[in-house]
Amino acid sequence: MKSDDIMEEEIELMKNGKRLDGRGPGDLRPMSITANVIKNANGSAYMEWGNNRIIAAVYGPSEALPKHTANPDKAVVKCRYMMAPFSSISEHGRPGMNRRAVEISKVTREVFEHAILVDKFPGCEINIYIEILQSDGGTRAAGITCAAVALASSGIPMRDMPYSVSAGNINETVVIDLNMIEDMASDADMPVAILPRNNEVVLLQMDGSFTKEQFDSAMELIRKSGEYISNLQKKALKEPYEKIIDRYA
Amino acid sequence: MSIKMITEEYVSERLKKGIRDEKRGHFDYRKISIKTGTMPNAEGSADVQLGNTRVLVGVKIDIGEPMPDNPGEGTIITSAELLPMASENFEPGPPSPESVEVSRVIDRGIRAAGVVDTKSLGIDEETVWNVYLDIYVLNYDGNIFDAGSLGAVAALLTSKMPKYDNGKVIRDEKMGRLKTNGISTSCTFAKVSGAILLDPNGNEELFAASRLTVSTDENRIRAMQKGLGGYFTQNELDKAIDVSFEKFGALRSVIKESIGD
Repeated sequence: MKSDDIMEEEIELMKNGKRLDGRGPGDLRPMSITANVIKNANGSAYMEWGNNRIIAAVYGPSEALPKHTANPDKAVVKCRYMMAPFSSISEHGRPGMNRRAVEISKVTREVFEHAILVDKFPGCEINIYIEILQSDGGTRAAGITCAAVALASSGIPMRDMPYSVSAGNINETVVIDLNMIEDMASDADMPVAILPRNNEVVLLQMDGSFTKEQFDSAMELIRKSGEYISNLQKKALKEPYEKIIDRYA
Repeated sequence: MSIKMITEEYVSERLKKGIRDEKRGHFDYRKISIKTGTMPNAEGSADVQLGNTRVLVGVKIDIGEPMPDNPGEGTIITSAELLPMASENFEPGPPSPESVEVSRVIDRGIRAAGVVDTKSLGIDEETVWNVYLDIYVLNYDGNIFDAGSLGAVAALLTSKMPKYDNGKVIRDEKMGRLKTNGISTSCTFAKVSGAILLDPNGNEELFAASRLTVSTDENRIRAMQKGLGGYFTQNELDKAIDVSFEKFGALRSVIKESIGD
């Protein structure tokens, strides 16, 4: 579909309870995660989530530089979320960090500041790089989900592995995992990240329109989808070792 | 022992006894006052005092091009300056992630509630009015999110449209008020020593584990943002949203009073 067609208003996002791509309100897009894809990094992961293609890599813990950024009590987490200029369905994007990317990098960093046991590495820095190679809505959620696997594969200790997914509002129906077309035309978009063991909400952003009841059912959908996403993350971490075991079995 | 540690102990000890600075309850605002129209060169302005936090919001309206996906529709461009004079912890330089976050959170609360009628800002397909919303933090004592969003809404509601004549902007002739639809307000909470506090002051923000801003209008959540490296439970989120809806009426009255409505 051309981007110009999407701009045309009055596309019917839902018909007979089915969305444009045939999903029901609570259905996730297909996704897959592969761990250890960047040789030089301490940990890394590649994720396909619908048409999103994302690579995350982790470096560190290493000495925090420049020195004034170091914290003598704990590791500082540094995070860069960036979209490739060729990543969108519409025109060429401007390379580099725009204000959106600055904000997403900040909230993503804050997710991992809580997830990582930062007290274990005083004076150090942990660098998380998230590159959006192709985007189709929900890239920050996919970036966090993918970076969580990259961190786990690096062996950096975490209190739990966060997952992230967004919920939205299409004509007063609460739906999970908006794609780009839905995101542009929907009445609300709410990316959330959760540490599943204690259901700690570590990312919550929202704009649009939700009643309190819709918010609560959106959170319920997110937690339900989270079980699936968490399992996929764990599977990605086990896979490389299962291959080795198979070889010797 | 550093000043920060002493302050932390002081605030957390007092919180355990249920006492906040200014003798506030957990869900009480500090005193709010808003003066509108303090900068007459701007199309709209508001000077907000929230406890000791002081934020000045200026609105300028210029002609420009529409966004490619919204021909004939005006745009809002929001930015926030954490001025170095406002706190010993603010430094001069390009916008920090913190100031980018403040401006984008305030922008979303206003945009999602449709406060500015951007459709009314079209002059023709290629020419539109752009509304520049600048949030100037003059003195920092916590919660610049709510001070900024109160000021932004008050400034927009009192903004006057310049005259447009054959490609020229004539600022000394005004064409009535900027067209607006309704009001949105925001409530910002901080989690300090396990307690959820509305309208955190500077001391409380200094060691807040996490922060939550909820923007609402009368019966809808319009925008939310969790900040800082901590977490919230579902119950804490529910409570914060309920309190935000409860506070909407009072905050709207403060804004309305300031614009003489």
